[in-house]
Amino acid sequence: MCEHDLVIIGGGPAGLSAAYSAFQNGVKDILIIERDSHLGGILNQCIHNGFGLHKFREELTGPEYAQRYIDLIHQTNVHIKSDTMVLDLSKDKTIHCISASEGYQHIRAKAIILAMGCRERTRGAISIPGSRCSGIFTAGAAQKYCNIDGYLVGKKIVILGSGDIGLIMARRMVLEGAKVVADIEICPYSNGLNRNVVQCLNDYDIPLYLSHTVTDIISDKNNGRVKKIVISEVDENKKPISGTEQEIECDTLLLSVGLIPENELSQNAGIEIDPRTKGPIVYDNLETSVAGIFACGNVLQVHDLVDYVSLEAERAGENAAKYLTEGEIHSSLIKVENRSDVSYTIPQYIRKTNMEEGMIQISFRVRRPMKNKRIVIEGHGKEIASFPRIILAPAEMENIKIEKNKLKDVSIIGISIKEMQK
Amino acid sequence: MKELICISCPRGCHLKVDEKTLSVTGNSCPRGKIYGISEVTNPVRTITSTVKISGGMLSRVSVKTDKPIAKTKIFAVMKLLNQVQLTAPVNIGDLVLENILDTDVNIVVTKKVEAKYE
Repeated sequence: MCEHDLVIIGGGPAGLSAAYSAFQNGVKDILIIERDSHLGGILNQCIHNGFGLHKFREELTGPEYAQRYIDLIHQTNVHIKSDTMVLDLSKDKTIHCISASEGYQHIRAKAIILAMGCRERTRGAISIPGSRCSGIFTAGAAQKYCNIDGYLVGKKIVILGSGDIGLIMARRMVLEGAKVVADIEICPYSNGLNRNVVQCLNDYDIPLYLSHTVTDIISDKNNGRVKKIVISEVDENKKPISGTEQEIECDTLLLSVGLIPENELSQNAGIEIDPRTKGPIVYDNLETSVAGIFACGNVLQVHDLVDYVSLEAERAGENAAKYLTEGEIHSSLIKVENRSDVSYTIPQYIRKTNMEEGMIQISFRVRRPMKNKRIVIEGHGKEIASFPRIILAPAEMENIKIEKNKLKDVSIIGISIKEMQK
Repeated sequence: MKELICISCPRGCHLKVDEKTLSVTGNSCPRGKIYGISEVTNPVRTITSTVKISGGMLSRVSVKTDKPIAKTKIFAVMKLLNQVQLTAPVNIGDLVLENILDTDVNIVVTKKVEAKYE
């Protein structure tokens, strides 16, 4: 069995940034384990631009953004095992992994950073009725076929869901010569960033059907492929309204219906998972319920901007470095609760240590689009801090920072959205 | 007055642009003003796509326009890209096509592709 001070599971944007940050903070022996043949994760297939505005002050494509970090990592002594799949992770920080070149291996780590990312929800996850024919893909799978392998998955396409990957793929399919006939969204608003609705749908006159969903899939008997789909309007409880059905002819249905953090390994290690985020429950230093195991990026919470993934991962790298020199932290806790119109918070707990200095960063999402509101932090019935916002939307993760000394007398805080003060 | 959502960054500011005076409000940075004016005078977009590559670890490589190009020229650019065939190795920033459609815009590589070992 080989040993490393810090092992990072996943070589995507979170893993790369965490590794570089840990290195900069003095960790000498770092290993990244990546299941693909290349580093960079999902960025390799995200060939569109818009990445890096916060982090590098310029607009990069996904592969360019990834390469910035890959180049940084190559300047360090960080070890990389690519084409290596982690099969199991135990509470004592033993990693079981497998690769064609090295076979089955046990690796013991003093600290671990989970950076496994997330995967797409599939047809099964949302139980779409109808024929189980071919021609149904997740948007990310279609993106890989198109941008990495050079295959167009269809010619007449309907997209279900208006998350960013779905919107980006709508434009991509049109540019490559397919016709995108409709984007269907069950919510009364788009679940992607506004800019993507503008430059991916509006630019190409692709109709967006809000408050609609797919209620049937009809296949072509001759080739076993999608022939048409049936869409229906939904009521406020997202239930299809009978009598509103309309048929749309297409040969392909792309699904952009959400992402799920990939936490099977975390669960094997006995890490507590938050049912709201489907990611680990973490303290303010991004440490999970198992001491010395940290989490960052989409395995912790699904992000919409890679820049924020990198920044979060930097904190995980820095805190893992601290753990390796200072050891486990024992302290009393502040519980962070999500209250009205807030769907979750990261972190879920704040440790009461060094409360005189520093800031605590809290990220969360709102439940519905809102205008001219305040994000309010309350503790023991009193307002501790408030942050005005002109626009709040579920598609955009919110980040707030609060001075630690404002929290020294409380044991529970709540984050909620309130009206502006007169 | 034209209402727009700025696409310069993921923040998506809601802009109001006066088509006559070209005054922009609602932007939170200078890029928003530039976008607002451009959108009512000559709307432009950066195009990203892929082209064929041989002799490399991958069979497609991603490319982009090094500057935004007029929206009306998007499909003409896609047609040009379909005829490109590169040979590995290539690096980020390598020039693929120069001065496309007489626009002073170039196509550049956005992904490093190493040559396949023989």
